[in-house]
Amino acid sequence: MTAGVFNPGFFNSGLAYAWPEIFLSLAACVILVLDLLLNDTQRRWSGVLAVVSLVVTAVLVLAHPVATRVVALGGLFELDRMAQILKAVTLLTVAAVFVYSTDYLQRRDIFKGEYFVLGLFATVGGMVLISAGSLITLYLGLELMSLCLYAMVAFDRDSGIAAESAIKYFVLGSMASGTLLYGMSIIYGVTGSLELAGIAGVASNAAIAGNIGLLFGVAFLIVGVGFKFGAVPFHMWIPDVYEGSPTSVTVFIGTASKLAAFALAMRLLPEALGAAQTDWSQMLAVLAVLSMAIGNIVAIAQTNLKRMLAYSTISHVGFVLLGILSGTAQGYQASMFYMISYVIVAAGAFGMILLLAREGFEADKITDFKGLNARSPWFAGMMAILMFSLAGLPPFIGFWAKLGVIQAVLGVHFTWLAVVAVLFSVVGAFFYLRIVKLMYFDEPTDTAVIGGSVLMRTMLSANALLAFGLGVIPGSLLQICQRALQ
Amino acid sequence: MFPTILFFIFAAVLIGAALGVILSRNPVYSALLLVLCFFNASVIWVLLDAEFLGIVLVLVYVGAVMVLFLFVVMMLDLNLERLRREFAGYWPLTVAVAGFAVFAMINVIVVKHLGGAGLQTAPALAANYSNTRTLGVELFTRYAYPSQVAALILLVASVAAIVLTLRQRKGGKPQDIAQQVAVRAKDRVRIVKMASEKKL
Repeated sequence: MTAGVFNPGFFNSGLAYAWPEIFLSLAACVILVLDLLLNDTQRRWSGVLAVVSLVVTAVLVLAHPVATRVVALGGLFELDRMAQILKAVTLLTVAAVFVYSTDYLQRRDIFKGEYFVLGLFATVGGMVLISAGSLITLYLGLELMSLCLYAMVAFDRDSGIAAESAIKYFVLGSMASGTLLYGMSIIYGVTGSLELAGIAGVASNAAIAGNIGLLFGVAFLIVGVGFKFGAVPFHMWIPDVYEGSPTSVTVFIGTASKLAAFALAMRLLPEALGAAQTDWSQMLAVLAVLSMAIGNIVAIAQTNLKRMLAYSTISHVGFVLLGILSGTAQGYQASMFYMISYVIVAAGAFGMILLLAREGFEADKITDFKGLNARSPWFAGMMAILMFSLAGLPPFIGFWAKLGVIQAVLGVHFTWLAVVAVLFSVVGAFFYLRIVKLMYFDEPTDTAVIGGSVLMRTMLSANALLAFGLGVIPGSLLQICQRALQ
Repeated sequence: MFPTILFFIFAAVLIGAALGVILSRNPVYSALLLVLCFFNASVIWVLLDAEFLGIVLVLVYVGAVMVLFLFVVMMLDLNLERLRREFAGYWPLTVAVAGFAVFAMINVIVVKHLGGAGLQTAPALAANYSNTRTLGVELFTRYAYPSQVAALILLVASVAAIVLTLRQRKGGKPQDIAQQVAVRAKDRVRIVKMASEKKL
């Protein structure tokens, strides 16, 4: 387009593909206004509307499956199968998170409509990021999501530790965004393009591929991606933020934002900079090994379950990176399967903490799960499924996820990486199984009846059974991931 | 040649001011040095023919954001002694890491030369070329989608700011204007009939 000539075609060419994003943003604005008209006893309706709009958006996303990648809005927006699947999973995860959070927020007296509104805007940000076709939309989506999350961490204003972790998250997150932006500007300088397709086109040119400037940019991009993922050595914020924020926000950060981080990595590295794959593979290999090592070893020493799950996230991120660094379609599929299965299991695990939490009692110590079997055999069983799945025992979903990424790195002859991965997943099994041991073989120290609304209990059970069911029959999800990234 | 000399002068002042922001002992000086940073960055933008962005940087950041920032810094009761003591323990590590990063970046950018397709000289612009007009048209046509997302970010910023700071105080005495207006005389004045005292 020549500058200065108004061309309305650019404004709405392919705008219809962004309809789910538009719908969800409008729904969030409507809920923001409607919430002002509700009094505290009617506040639940904001949550109901938010969940309904998330489900409707998921239906809108899935209603028009695309066969190949569609580039719309002048190259700023991309819709492919991966984007559709990731968006649908994000939307349904956020809906589950809202259902889990409602009781918890009410009991803590921080039940405000803005929790849902900020959550919805964070989801919109994630969706923009997932189907970004240009560095601009990638960055804007990331910032929209991060900004909502910073505010949500500080949601419990009377809690000092929440404020502390919000500041930590904000300062480190801004640093990471700055680094990412610097890397993007270098990439733009070297390739002369902001669109991912344009960058890929220039970077595949042999004269540019080995260019030191390109690698310079990639290094900064990887710092930014590593931070958003929480990969070692950019993981410092994860344990503090997970522990300090209200559990209802921790579950949001631990699930939906990880899917967005995965999309960020996939868009930037394989899609835009596939030509520099050998270079970023080496960098990711360092991050992956360190993440698996630090995550699994430090998790053993934790007494706080949220902190333990934080270190467990770090170690799982290491596994996801294994698939990405292999640089093959099989590896990307395995990573996507890993990420989705991890999100399902993590949502359930944090949901269990939310279920056991009461007024003035967080249920976030590992010892709070002592003798859960005596108190509620059903939920002890659900927690056991989730823990087995995180540990990667067959026939649970985590086993297939780990198997997939290890096969992927073996496929490109990184045998030592596969050996390291197996060793650390054995180390990791210890602290997951310790929870199971506490639940079944220790005496309960707490006799309170397990609360939670019927809806929440049903959702949580369905979530855990999904982790089990998909482990027994992993074929369908595997196939979805394979079709998404061919 | 002349623009290059100007660039180096302003870039040097920019880096010096940026160092001053983090090294200055007084936070008010830090804020003022940040103003200097922004001003120099805007000059560099003007040198790059992006006058509109340069002016906006001065108007928005120097004019509005930094003035607000100065107010905040002056309002806060900062314990400088403690902050300085905490920084003192970390400075060798800070200098080592920053020094290594600067060394690596200079090595890549200057010694090995950052080549690439994008690093060509920009075409000369016509004398009547309007930066503002081009930006406006691009923002509302080609970049309409990102500018809408940016609008959502601003909305989120205001929602978040309100939700984090609006606090209904317990035991406060807010006025209800509607009630004050709707008041009637008999709500306020009670006429009490009393029997008059008898004269003694």
